[in-house]
Amino acid sequence: MSWTRQSAYVYDGSFDGFLSCVFESYDRKEEAVDIRPGDDCLYTLFDAVWVETDLVKASRVYKGIGAKIGPDAQELIRCGFLTCVADKELLLYRFLRLGFQYGRTVMNMLTEDTVHRLRKAVKHLKTESHAYLGFVRFSDYGDILVAIIEPKNQVLPLLASHFCDRYRRESFLIYDKTHGQALMQKQEGPLTERVGLFRLDELVLPEPSQEEMSYRRLWKQFYDTVAIRERNNPRARLSHMPQRYWAQLTEMQQSHRSAAPSPKRLR
Amino acid sequence: MDVLEKLTILTDSAKYDASCSSSGGERAGQDGKLGSAVASGICHSFAADGRCISLLKVLMTNSCIFDCKYCVNRRSNDTRRAMFTPEELAQLTMNFYRRNYIEGLFLSSGIVKSPDYTTERLIRVLELLRNQYGFSGYIHVKAIPGSDPELVNRLGLLADRMSVNIELPSRDSLRQLAPDKSKETILRPMAAIREGIRENSTDLVKYRHAPKFVPGGQSTQLIVGASPDSDLKILTLTEALYRKYELKRVYYSAYTPVVEHSLLPALDSKPPLLREHRLYQADWLLRFYGFEAHELLDERTPNFNPFMDPKCHWAVNHIDRFPVEINQAPYESLLRVPGIGVRSAKRIVTARRAGSLDFAGLKKLGVVLKRAQYFITCSGRRLEGLKVNESTILRSLLSKKEISLYLPKPQVEQLTLFSDEELAAGKGAEVIAT
Repeated sequence: MSWTRQSAYVYDGSFDGFLSCVFESYDRKEEAVDIRPGDDCLYTLFDAVWVETDLVKASRVYKGIGAKIGPDAQELIRCGFLTCVADKELLLYRFLRLGFQYGRTVMNMLTEDTVHRLRKAVKHLKTESHAYLGFVRFSDYGDILVAIIEPKNQVLPLLASHFCDRYRRESFLIYDKTHGQALMQKQEGPLTERVGLFRLDELVLPEPSQEEMSYRRLWKQFYDTVAIRERNNPRARLSHMPQRYWAQLTEMQQSHRSAAPSPKRLR
Repeated sequence: MDVLEKLTILTDSAKYDASCSSSGGERAGQDGKLGSAVASGICHSFAADGRCISLLKVLMTNSCIFDCKYCVNRRSNDTRRAMFTPEELAQLTMNFYRRNYIEGLFLSSGIVKSPDYTTERLIRVLELLRNQYGFSGYIHVKAIPGSDPELVNRLGLLADRMSVNIELPSRDSLRQLAPDKSKETILRPMAAIREGIRENSTDLVKYRHAPKFVPGGQSTQLIVGASPDSDLKILTLTEALYRKYELKRVYYSAYTPVVEHSLLPALDSKPPLLREHRLYQADWLLRFYGFEAHELLDERTPNFNPFMDPKCHWAVNHIDRFPVEINQAPYESLLRVPGIGVRSAKRIVTARRAGSLDFAGLKKLGVVLKRAQYFITCSGRRLEGLKVNESTILRSLLSKKEISLYLPKPQVEQLTLFSDEELAAGKGAEVIAT
């Protein structure tokens, strides 16, 4: 399958938009050498083709992936689209080219460069989203719990089911500052509209209440006390909990320290 | 005394318990309740000592009628005592959990009045959380040595995981250092929990909605370095606990001196962290790598080599079993190669279905070639230009840090595994097998 024509595509940044690009490439029998999200009036600058998102074409491609390569490939592509790997669209596209050529076998070709890079990127996403299951820190603002995260990958779609299930009786909002996205669960309104993932460019929060501050203090105090001084190991802590998470972790803020008595004084 | 002060005292006295895992059971959330459980467990933070914080690990009280020599909370120690009320504990747990600080509660206690009285108080806390507060998150609770099996059973129906700490790995050490405990008072509740889990699993087959008893399984802890017991003794005990008592985990806690006592290490001695690390490595080999305790240690070498991890040590002593052919060897043999772990072994098995593997490919699968190269072939060939002899193998297996630990000792010591005579005899790779 050697197509002689090459082309660069620009699309609206959505998953269906990306799948539409894949459709176009096969339809026009041209090799995509660049696929990037963009504004439809700027695409000419890259000497590229604007691809309009087409839900029918997108769904044909998606079903094709399931039929030709397998359901686990659909999952891999959906996750791959959430990763922060450079030129992720081109990587996904090349994986699909291989997949449509080799079929299911591509899922086992772990040493093939494209497959390896994609799997590595998805592993990074999954590791990060698993870390955030623990590292999300909510503050209680009376009628809603709010957390801010700064992930490298788009982890919110992967976090949604866990937090919605665990906090069934709570209203909460998790704001992804990096990607300007938010996940929200409400307790009132029609059932189908209680959970939503939407764009959010800025979040301004009120001052935390006295009660909220006192629980932060208790948690910080627990955190400091539970460490065994004789086993102090900053390197191990850093490798399990890299510094980039610290800004949003209640226990890593210094301000509460002065108010709490140290365990040493109590002895 | 306010809650902050109680929390400080009761955390400080609970921190020597190594376990903080929230793994074992999967439980979806329930309408109107707060919480769920995830099979793999979730770490919520990491303390300054690098250990995972998953659960709110506290004692209900640090008052204790026992006088175990190694314990900060022993009766004769002059320390401040505190006790949480069930309400205080329940509110702390709920409020920490709502903010996603924790995965649940790890509740232990000193023994007040009697083991049974203490267990009843623990039951009250758990009932309050489960029934009044609608808490459906993870709870790990300690079974108190010497308490009535009936009470242990009630506690187990409210918890995800239970544990009884053995602490000292032999009867002699127990008698000397924990005069109020005995092998029997420890093993009886362990057996009760095992029976509870067994019965429950048959009940669950018959009645789908039978209440679950300790779905996350049971665990225990052994203190390392407080008594003169050898690694062999500890590991053999560990193996028996996994087999006979069907434990999910055995934890090791390097003893941190907290009291002056003639039978214990001096106050200024450091916790034996490297030894603890070696035991954890060996524990992993038992649970995931198909090793047995007697393969790793025996009467002649009853303790682990501090400079080399147990798997590498086994490999250099069984060099006749290598090299292993990557493209054909069964999964079990791949697992025995230094530098290949569970994850990379599985990847090898998957990837070789799509085509034969070479050394460059192995690197992509996460194999640590620096270690593995001496023990494997790809399609019958060794890595090109590789010199396989004792010193190259040793240098690849010992990290820089380990070598620096190695150096201050006299060189003869360092070469006991491969003595000069044997090297001079030029027996090559066979030398390692002796």
